[in-house]
Amino acid sequence: MDLLSNIPPHLIRMVIAVVVVLGFVFANATVLGYLERKLAGRFQRRLGPMEVGWQGILQMPVDGIKLIAKQLIAPDNVAGALFYLAPLVALSPVALPFLVIPFAPGLQAIDLDIGVIFLLAMISFNTVAVFLAGWSSNNNYSMIGAIRAVAQNIAYEIPILLCVLAVVLMTSSFSMRSIIEAQKNIWFILLQPLAFIIMFICSMAETNRSPFDLPEAESELTAGFHTEYCGIAFSLFMIAEYSYMFVNCCLITTLFLGGWKGMPLPLGEYSSCIWFFIKAYLLMFIIVWCRWTFPRVRFDQLMNFAWKYLIPFSLINLLLTAILVKLL
Amino acid sequence: MKKYFGDLITGAKSLMAGFAVTARALVSPVVTVQYPREKIAVPKGHRGHPYLVPDETGRPKCIACGSCMRLCPSQCITVQGEKKEGDKRKYPSAFIVDYTRCSLCGTCSEACPVAAIEYSDEYGLAGFTSGEFVLDLLHDLSMKENTPQVY
Repeated sequence: MDLLSNIPPHLIRMVIAVVVVLGFVFANATVLGYLERKLAGRFQRRLGPMEVGWQGILQMPVDGIKLIAKQLIAPDNVAGALFYLAPLVALSPVALPFLVIPFAPGLQAIDLDIGVIFLLAMISFNTVAVFLAGWSSNNNYSMIGAIRAVAQNIAYEIPILLCVLAVVLMTSSFSMRSIIEAQKNIWFILLQPLAFIIMFICSMAETNRSPFDLPEAESELTAGFHTEYCGIAFSLFMIAEYSYMFVNCCLITTLFLGGWKGMPLPLGEYSSCIWFFIKAYLLMFIIVWCRWTFPRVRFDQLMNFAWKYLIPFSLINLLLTAILVKLL
Repeated sequence: MKKYFGDLITGAKSLMAGFAVTARALVSPVVTVQYPREKIAVPKGHRGHPYLVPDETGRPKCIACGSCMRLCPSQCITVQGEKKEGDKRKYPSAFIVDYTRCSLCGTCSEACPVAAIEYSDEYGLAGFTSGEFVLDLLHDLSMKENTPQVY
């Protein structure tokens, strides 16, 4: 106990937060991967995974073991270190956005004043990893996938920022917690429905989800930026993708759906994180629903949609918000 | 301008229609049949390999007349018959179908005067050599061992 009392408490808190967050990242990817496959089956009137465990519930751990056991094969003339660095660049930053997400009133590692900006910056980091993977793979498909990812992210980052700005104008704070506190009476989805819809569409494009999954369009690019990756490197990309998707859902929950706000639960302060998770996973369900409903857009359609519709609409939305905030 | 907003509205409508389609699929029952564990009934009119229809006593109805052998366009049927002591009629002593050559045309069952050869409802034959598909239908009638494995 002497040793423990010598360690500053905020350090212990940080260590616990990091361990819990890392555990959560992997558990979340496993659960989401399973749900995605199961729901994909049900949307097509199939059963989905059924063989490993009850209702195929152990499918994802078994797949993980298989991927870990595989040999890492690098094709000739890849850009050596960068090729192996790319999956790590994809995965390593995913823990950071979780640190600023307020799951419940006391359940937040750090309440940064610029939490939203920090979160958006970390989400954009994925693009760097995708580009690195595509560029270092020495493969035309990978390269085209990476170029598409970058172009797509530049186009879709703008409406996201404009929508976040509309919310920030109303709360005059970038802190995740005070944005949730500001939704005490009314959720911002009712005040900013357009911003919510635009933000939701853009976050799907941002995380390279179908119908905007052009960087990994199977029918044209084999597997896009991760064509040359196998085994654990591939699964790191997948874990990162699912984690970023969940982070995006958490961001939308925070900005528009009132975060942890909901009917009071009898289990104490932390239990309100249940509301947060319900909302975030509901958004995840809609994302999965979109994936198995809509065909992939063409690249010109993708760009037209962003520049001709989403950006003008989010600009108008921002303008109206600014005027109303000033008047009221 | 009209096209701009028209595209937006028709696009949004079609997306909602798409959501409705998949939502209906989500709540409809699953159509998958877990094959080795569950099997669906073989539909009437399915053409499996020819088999010999047994009579009430379990012996083949076949009278070994050889019509099927003569009429088979692929010449894949070999019938030999004999009349043993105590039997009222001829019974086949060998009935071999080379299933690798059979085109499942059905001429044999049409030609049979006593309706003794029919299509079976077997659909999952598999084997390692073509010899395994030379089916001894008499053996088939008594026991299933000599036939290729069924999957």
